[in-house]
Amino acid sequence: MPFLSTSKTRAERYDAIVVGSGAAGGTAAYVLAKGGAKVLMLEAGRKYDPAAETPMFQSNADAPLRGVATPEKPNGFYDANIGGWVVPDEPYVVRKGEAWVEGAVENRMNTEQNFMWWRARMLGGRTNHYGRVHLRMGPRDFKPRSTDGLGFDWPISYEDVAPYYDKVDEFTGIFGSKEGLLNDPDSDFFQPPPKPRAYELLLQRGGKGLGIPVIASRMAILTKPLPGRAPCFYATPCGRGCSIGANFQSPTVLIPPALATGNLDILTDAMVREVTVDGQGRATGIHFIDRTTGEEGHVSARAVILGASACESARILLNSRSAAFPQGIGASSGHLGRWLTDSTGSHMGGQIPALENLPLHNEDGTSSMHLYAPFSEAQARSAQAMGAPRGYYIAWSGGRQMPGMGAMSASHVGELFGTRMKAEARRYFGSFISLHARGEMIPNDKSFLELDPDQKDRWGIPVVRFHFEWRDHEIQQVAHMQKTFADLIESAGGKVSGGPVKDPRKAMTTGGSVNHEIGVTRMSARSEDGVTNGYGQVWDCPNVLVADGGVFVSNPYKNPTLTILALAWRQADHLLAEMKAGNVAAPA
Amino acid sequence: MNARPLSRRDAIQRIIAASALVATFDLRAVVPAGATPGLGFDPDLLKKEIPWPRLLTEDEKRIVTALADVILPADEFGPAASAVGVPDFIDEWVSAPYEQQVKDRKVIREGLAWLNGEANRRFGKAFPECSVDAQTAILSDIVAEGTAARKQARSFFLLFRDRAAGGYYTTPEGWKAIGYTGNVALAEFPGPPPEVLKQAGLV
Repeated sequence: MPFLSTSKTRAERYDAIVVGSGAAGGTAAYVLAKGGAKVLMLEAGRKYDPAAETPMFQSNADAPLRGVATPEKPNGFYDANIGGWVVPDEPYVVRKGEAWVEGAVENRMNTEQNFMWWRARMLGGRTNHYGRVHLRMGPRDFKPRSTDGLGFDWPISYEDVAPYYDKVDEFTGIFGSKEGLLNDPDSDFFQPPPKPRAYELLLQRGGKGLGIPVIASRMAILTKPLPGRAPCFYATPCGRGCSIGANFQSPTVLIPPALATGNLDILTDAMVREVTVDGQGRATGIHFIDRTTGEEGHVSARAVILGASACESARILLNSRSAAFPQGIGASSGHLGRWLTDSTGSHMGGQIPALENLPLHNEDGTSSMHLYAPFSEAQARSAQAMGAPRGYYIAWSGGRQMPGMGAMSASHVGELFGTRMKAEARRYFGSFISLHARGEMIPNDKSFLELDPDQKDRWGIPVVRFHFEWRDHEIQQVAHMQKTFADLIESAGGKVSGGPVKDPRKAMTTGGSVNHEIGVTRMSARSEDGVTNGYGQVWDCPNVLVADGGVFVSNPYKNPTLTILALAWRQADHLLAEMKAGNVAAPA
Repeated sequence: MNARPLSRRDAIQRIIAASALVATFDLRAVVPAGATPGLGFDPDLLKKEIPWPRLLTEDEKRIVTALADVILPADEFGPAASAVGVPDFIDEWVSAPYEQQVKDRKVIREGLAWLNGEANRRFGKAFPECSVDAQTAILSDIVAEGTAARKQARSFFLLFRDRAAGGYYTTPEGWKAIGYTGNVALAEFPGPPPEVLKQAGLV
């Protein structure tokens, strides 16, 4: 089992054990180690070094099968992810029709399987490949029930988190533009956004006529250097990771400075089974399994921080059963595993004749959208009239991207072959766009996880069983998305491919498949209403803390990573203060 | 993993080193013994290693080469398909153990056999031995309305054409042919040039 540290010896006992190395675990380890705490990080996957392993500039012809998705690499060969919808030896159970079955790789638009769970098994977790969309949750997003009577309010507010959004933005880097929007707070740390592409300018102009604002996207990608990190050079998709650290990624941004403190040790290939407790119900450490040898091990600490991803952390808590916690740590209120949400997702393609046969030019840019459409007050009113109380944003891809297997649009070149076909392929190249939306789901009591009563994974850990349902609020929201997509594509001078889907249920993603699955260890103002307090400390066992998206009370259309980073930072500051004050007692 | 500031020059140097690596890839297939292996969950992303054995026969590969070159000939847009490795890519694709590729394998192998049969029937020769005009005539027949050839071979032809085009346009020569000019490091992203804004109606 690789052991990364400056000391090369493992301590008898740490101040904190951090489970996971992504957005939550990486931040916890960074802030705690910087603050002088001795930290051990446990990562279930292998050591991963973006500087040495990232395919920069490789063409799809340099990849097997031209880089297309396979069941083992569901986002394509170059995706910076080990794992995916299926992880060998670690099944999970979902509903398919009337049956409970093992979660499988499915088309995310096929909602027959009720849930899909993406897991990464590598240092840095999902930060290596995620979309880098960094949108602040706004004041309303923390108080949704007070705003419209639905869902639940957070025990904390925007003002509590704002200073940590600032810290994260300054540290990770972000580009964007100040817009003064009511529920989409600006950042004082925005770097200049990259210039829009031609198709984005057409969407912006079209949106203006529809009352849909189209503004600079907000992404954790550098357009100016930060210490130790070069800015983007506008080539190579961010999903591959970045060997020069131009985008935010835990192994390039969080872990190196944390290791440099000398206070952090990292064990990779360490699969956590449970949090161990003493006779008085205080956490003493972590029981784990070495994935390379199957050997079991135990490590001790004053505090345990779970940042394994929302559902994995909930699974660890549910499996941490003892005389003190017969149903698992944090289960006493009955909220552990409940209130599972994901973002709604839908998409629509289009083709813009004005983009055909354009003079050659490079549209790679940051590989993500340079503009996007936040949710406007006008959109909110028309969505509410359709029975969709909550918002969504629209983003896109398109234009002259690095060719993959579908670079020649078969639907537009008809049945041609030879030079005439090659002329048509060139004519249409870069004239296609694909719009997608990410919307807010309201937590419901039919969506939760539990441990499967029978099935265990290869490591002997009970597997997760997912219950999940979209409700009318979400389904009507997708209907509104479809209508808005069509309006926006047409307003940009484009033609909708395939036409709006009549039944919104057939145009929405399966639960979990947007990768924003959160909420299963939610925070609360009172111990009976949730699993943790406003700092992510488990009510029943305060030296266990949840740092990941599990603590979210709502799931606004803001992509969770930025808020996970901010909350994990805030939590770590709180824990350092509690340790200094002697409030995190040494276990007996 | 250090905190030393990385200059843009250093970064570009690193990238050039990485690019050089690409050029020296060993493209020989690595074929382990036993059941047909896939790429696995954790392949080396900097190497192109195809772990499954190639299945097409020499005869089939000759048909693939001839057909791909009629679909993607050498012309003002770029070289022929066979000059940029498309036939080898088709073999790599249809030999892969995944569901999509296994489905394609059946359609393509049956189609290749049909094509040879059709060439023999009409021209008394195997497809690769026919003149380009004769090969073109067969393809024209497949895409013409109401022909028997269309009924028998249209879906094969379109599938093969799209896979061959995918293999072609993903190569640097294919990028030139389709008009892709990216994948180069830039100090700043310039946005669309004036002539693009003009033609797209944005000025």
